[in-house]
Amino acid sequence: MENLLNKLVFYFEYPIVRYALIAGVLISLCASLLGVTLVLKRYSFMGDGLSHVAFGAVALASVLRVSNSMLVVMPVTILFAVLLLCTGRNAKIKGDAAIAMLSVGALGIGYLLMHIFGASSNVSGDVCTSLFGSASILTLTAADVWVCVVMSILVIAVYLLFYNKIFAVTYDETFAHATGIRSGVYKLILAVVTAVIIVLAMNLVGSLLISALIIFPALSAMRLFQSFRSVVLCSAVFSVVCAACGILISVLFASPAGATIVCVNIAAFGIFTVLGYVKGRRS
Amino acid sequence: MAQLTCQDLTLGYEGKRVAENLSFTVESGNYLCIVGENGSGKSTLVKTILRLVPPLAGSVQFGDGLRSREIGYLPQQSAAQRDFPASVQEIVLSGCLNRCGLRPFYTREEKNLANANMKRLGIDALARKCYRELSGGQQQRVLLARALCATRRLLLLDEPAAGLDPTAEAEMYQIIETLNRSDGITVIMISHDISAAVKYASHILHIGRKEQLFFGTAEAYSHSDFYCAFQEGRSSGDGKSIE
Repeated sequence: MENLLNKLVFYFEYPIVRYALIAGVLISLCASLLGVTLVLKRYSFMGDGLSHVAFGAVALASVLRVSNSMLVVMPVTILFAVLLLCTGRNAKIKGDAAIAMLSVGALGIGYLLMHIFGASSNVSGDVCTSLFGSASILTLTAADVWVCVVMSILVIAVYLLFYNKIFAVTYDETFAHATGIRSGVYKLILAVVTAVIIVLAMNLVGSLLISALIIFPALSAMRLFQSFRSVVLCSAVFSVVCAACGILISVLFASPAGATIVCVNIAAFGIFTVLGYVKGRRS
Repeated sequence: MAQLTCQDLTLGYEGKRVAENLSFTVESGNYLCIVGENGSGKSTLVKTILRLVPPLAGSVQFGDGLRSREIGYLPQQSAAQRDFPASVQEIVLSGCLNRCGLRPFYTREEKNLANANMKRLGIDALARKCYRELSGGQQQRVLLARALCATRRLLLLDEPAAGLDPTAEAEMYQIIETLNRSDGITVIMISHDISAAVKYASHILHIGRKEQLFFGTAEAYSHSDFYCAFQEGRSSGDGKSIE
């Protein structure tokens, strides 16, 4: 045990380890806040679908040889997020079908683009990085971390300011709209924020595992808590603790960061499910 | 001037007509029941009045100083809402949101209003309870309290008694009647239950297949052919009346 602690202290001498911890915790926190709304609105697969779109956009950016891939990825992902969340119930293809279609479509096109026009010699390595996150998130630069910090603060501020509106739109969009809340605007804000978080989280856990950051905290919190506010607070704490543990474990045992964080989330979800069951039997 | 005037209204969505030529007025303090078969456009009419669906033709006008955003609405519940983790207080308070504008948080006054409305419907003891743990009748009261937070004058109710057991149903009708009689709130309610409609409402609007069959006072309706047809249908045990 002491050995591990010493090792940890040793690793923390390196700024990149601290960067990874800061970025990881902040991104997980933001993802969990949005996750509550997405899960409750039956958009759990939103994260999955959008992250595949982002993967396609990364491929597109590398084919176009854009130096900063963010310039392509961010707008494309935001566009599709808005399309998915805001077309609503009147669209011809809707809900889960639309997300599923978009998700596999973008994945297929993205991989094809990378394969045909691939600029680098190691196509499968690149694909693997995009899908599962960098083998270690220890490649983050100080600039990356600053982007993460600023974006996270923005997301949290937006969430706090619009908390009551987000509740109303999540709980009953029709009522909100009928009583004069501009639900369309708030859905648009949600869509944009979701897209931003997903693009940021791609570095951390990769396209395939982003859904875990979005759904596990929300689902776990719902096992135990009964009001919207407590579910939101609990999932925020849950995600921070899981992300921090996951990153520390991955640093100590040199395991892939994304996968480790997801596994910690799964374990914690298991614990919460048992606690919820116990609580349910007692009351 | 009437609180709500609908002139030659044609309802529908995506160009598909559901009902045509609806004309009726609602005065302040009225209790209007909208009856009709499934698919006759009752819910679409309510959504059109709320401006959720644009009318295909004709007009919906508010009078008497009522603004279109001052309507309390009790929608039919969706499956997703039935297991939503939210406390009664959170839901009722969300009815005050249209008073907030850009202000991000509720004022003390709005919280007091929510508490008063919970007390009025006898659910103040449940304020901290989770919505999904309540009975059907209690859930409807929560949604009604939320609607009361959004309005002082006009309530639009979409089948408030649907899915309730007979006792809860009777209680619900009682509450709505009190709100109408004692508090002077105008009520527009969709109902399947024609006998309850005649018993409680002051006016009836009967929509048939694509057209308006009857609009007038409940008294006149109870002497009309439609009501007689309904009564005969019920006494002869016609399957249609068991809805």
